[in-house]
Amino acid sequence: MNTNKNLALNVTQNPSKLFSLLAKNWALFFLLILILIFSFTGKRFFQLANFQNIIHLSTTSLLLAAAETFVIITGGIDLSVGFMMGLSSVLSATIMQKMHAVNFLPALSISIGSIIALIVCIIAGLISGIMITKYRVPSFIATLGMGGIASGIALIMSEGFPVTFLPPYLTDIGNGYLIYIFPGKAISFFNKPEGITGKELKELIRIIPNSFIFIVIVLFILWHILKNTKFGQHTYAIGGSMVAAVRAGINTNRHLIIIYVLSSFLAGLAGVFNVFQTGIGNYTQFSSMYELLAIASVVIGGASLFGGKGRIIGSVIGVILISVIENGLQLSGVDPFYRFIAVGLILIAAIIIDQSFPDLF
Amino acid sequence: MEYLLEVKNLTKRFGGLVAVNKVSMEIKEGEVVGLLGDNGAGKSTLIKMISGVHRPDEGQIFFKGKEVKIDSTRKALSIGIETLYQDLSLAENLNVYSNIFLGREKLKKILKFINVLDHDYMHKESKKVLDRLEIEIPSLRNRIRVLSGGQRQAVAISRSIYWDAKLLIMDEPTAALGVAEQKKVLELVLKLKSQGIGIIIISHQLYDVFSVADRLVIMRRGEKVGERNIKETNPDEVVSLIVGAEKVKQ
Amino acid sequence: MDNITIKKNGLHELFLQLGNKWIFFFLLLEVIIFSIISPGFFSLNGIQTILNNSPSILLLGLAETFVIITGGIDLSVGFVMGFSSVVSAKLIVTFVGLGMNDALSIIIGIVITICIGIIPGFLNGILIGRYKVPALIATFSMLGITHGISELLIEGSAAKNLPALAGKIGNGSLINMVPGKTVSFFISPTIQRGEHLIEILPNMFVIAFIFVIFFAFILKSTKFGQHTYAIGGNIDAAIRAGIDVKNHIIKIYMLSSLFATIAGIIYMLRFVTGKADSGVMFLLDSIVAVVIGGASFYGGFGSVWKTVIGCFIILVLENGLRMLGFPTFYKLVLVGVILIFAVLVDQFSPELLHKED
Repeated sequence: MNTNKNLALNVTQNPSKLFSLLAKNWALFFLLILILIFSFTGKRFFQLANFQNIIHLSTTSLLLAAAETFVIITGGIDLSVGFMMGLSSVLSATIMQKMHAVNFLPALSISIGSIIALIVCIIAGLISGIMITKYRVPSFIATLGMGGIASGIALIMSEGFPVTFLPPYLTDIGNGYLIYIFPGKAISFFNKPEGITGKELKELIRIIPNSFIFIVIVLFILWHILKNTKFGQHTYAIGGSMVAAVRAGINTNRHLIIIYVLSSFLAGLAGVFNVFQTGIGNYTQFSSMYELLAIASVVIGGASLFGGKGRIIGSVIGVILISVIENGLQLSGVDPFYRFIAVGLILIAAIIIDQSFPDLF
Repeated sequence: MEYLLEVKNLTKRFGGLVAVNKVSMEIKEGEVVGLLGDNGAGKSTLIKMISGVHRPDEGQIFFKGKEVKIDSTRKALSIGIETLYQDLSLAENLNVYSNIFLGREKLKKILKFINVLDHDYMHKESKKVLDRLEIEIPSLRNRIRVLSGGQRQAVAISRSIYWDAKLLIMDEPTAALGVAEQKKVLELVLKLKSQGIGIIIISHQLYDVFSVADRLVIMRRGEKVGERNIKETNPDEVVSLIVGAEKVKQ
Repeated sequence: MDNITIKKNGLHELFLQLGNKWIFFFLLLEVIIFSIISPGFFSLNGIQTILNNSPSILLLGLAETFVIITGGIDLSVGFVMGFSSVVSAKLIVTFVGLGMNDALSIIIGIVITICIGIIPGFLNGILIGRYKVPALIATFSMLGITHGISELLIEGSAAKNLPALAGKIGNGSLINMVPGKTVSFFISPTIQRGEHLIEILPNMFVIAFIFVIFFAFILKSTKFGQHTYAIGGNIDAAIRAGIDVKNHIIKIYMLSSLFATIAGIIYMLRFVTGKADSGVMFLLDSIVAVVIGGASFYGGFGSVWKTVIGCFIILVLENGLRMLGFPTFYKLVLVGVILIFAVLVDQFSPELLHKED
């Protein structure tokens, strides 16, 4: 404590603006440097198509990280998000598959499948939230248990295989783009221009993936909630000091339940979106560790596991940083396994920077 | 008469902030000194230098007339300076005698070469010291978390006494206690005093300090602003010293 | 005793009655139920299967017990286990390739692996103890690093070509009998067709259990163990009592990595291969076993023997369900439910559970 204070005093007394700016936004600067490096080392790295690809592949990670951001700001942790995403993916896909098999309209089966999956996730979040608040089960354990249950149910439903034979149009939506330009000939929105096949497809320029639009909207709403609303303010208050929040008259139990419901809901959304992107229902494998990567992104983004700190934008930078590393290493021809090591090292760096400059963030 | 503890011109800086500025004080055996001051006056920093948590930037500490360098809490403990912090420094998950022996566990050998904890010895010795201080606790095998605030305070005090404290520093000993328990703790302080132990009490509760202390040292903004014998002062004067309401002649 | 008042109502009363003994009854109940509904469960073979599967979860559970008592968590154990299975396999294959004899290669390989395997724990300990990095983050970083390194070492597949002796040690039992013919120790005899081999106490279980017994003793009866509890109970109190908390925490995470390393070596010996992800499945199980055993994530509570019971609750469940023909997925759901149940019991009866030690 005192050494921290000590350091903080030193830093504020010799304010080097550039230095503090660098330390405060190190993740962003690091991201820019990486992009610069990979532009030289990676084949086809610095291209619109590749950046769109990075965003497209990060959609689910961004949702999970956003979910984790809320929870971590309150000082909790949600270890169930990865498995909740798998459950939602498998459940929505299974419903779509069953309805499609008996010739329901694709639009109907897709919406009903998605909605039911989201409702189930909300219920799961509600149960976690009640356990954490009413029965004071540590969030780590409650969500670990819930994650185990969710992964088990997803595996039982899918029997360990991807859920296939889903209605058409799913991937058209999930993998579509806002604008298609066929240079000099045609331009269209949401759907490919008619009558383009074979070789011509390669020349088609695709701009702004639908997943980008979707994630920007969701993240904007979440950012707004956290930054500009009473709900967001209370979220920080609870993480800063639970006791103070209670004394200030905040209904902390209710608030925390909503936080865990929101977290589960966002994980469910990620699962549903995963179905749209891949066209199949995927259960979450144990070795995938989505929840831990989400937590890592949030921490890289400047949040503290002790609560009270964290930003949506920070978490987004964290996710993109990890995605760029994976993508850049791959395109640079580096063994993909280096990314595990890279993520580990960046995480340690994040914490050490955070603790060395406690007052900057 | 030789002082038990004497500090001269102790100074501690944190960065550019001077937390304690050239403070001198002394205490005799069997004397109770109240250390008073508002929040941020430097009381805790001062006692942390005496108990080895912080190292002074300047100044000297004499213990029983000899100059000592207290560079760690272990060193302070080894020469007989014990500190009771507000949160009591007890491990709530351990039982009474384990806490009394915490960090200095008594071991015995089994099979001639394996060191194990000697529970019986620790239990017996703890019982002795509690009896000596007339402290009643239902069972020494109780974990601390089931004890009341006053009982915890008593356990913490017994620990210091068992380890042969010559000087006991108490940080807000009555702050978290009910009225009846406060009284018991103050009685305990007087009992320790009668056994020749020097005691420094930090407290915001003037009534408590006046009821047990022999002498008061008042700090303000890192400096010592006054020292009074308890018989020659009154709460009003002390309060004005604490808040700095009037200039006081040294 | 009397000065504690506990509100009593139906559910509460039930939990209080169960107290901290419910895990014993639960294990017993599990064994009884599976013995009745699943023929062959309660047989030498059935028990043997459970013991054969137990070393990984027992050792990782042991690791998490120490760590969780100090109020930490070690997410890296699973991949440290994988890492050491890979490292030991690679080393042994290299030594054999250099012309060393099989037994010597295995012994030297194992010794070097143990030395390498505690490095992740050392780094974890430095980060957590000295730099105050939250355990979750530090050990997750180490998880990534050990995972990456082991995958790079084996280039994405599994380490192969280990000497057959490794498998014989790993799959042998303390006592092997072909009734009326041969008895051998440690390594199974080659058997003819139609002969029935009886194996008692698998070697690897015995090794894991020796660790369990030894470290249960360390935790319960030594100064080291006492300090471990003290750090988890009140870290400030431990520091003020003169305990070298930083070093103690480093030692705890090194121990944790040591146990994971032993688990990895056992995996290598049993399956005669090294795999980077060999420990993934056991991380969750080991944490759950520790929590079922009454440890608290806030630190200060937990015991090796209760963790062992937690481990067997999971092992029996897994084996019983498999013998009944359920896919292992069902285990996940039930383990999740048991975990939550365990914590609820703990929440309802904290005073009773923790009154005396």
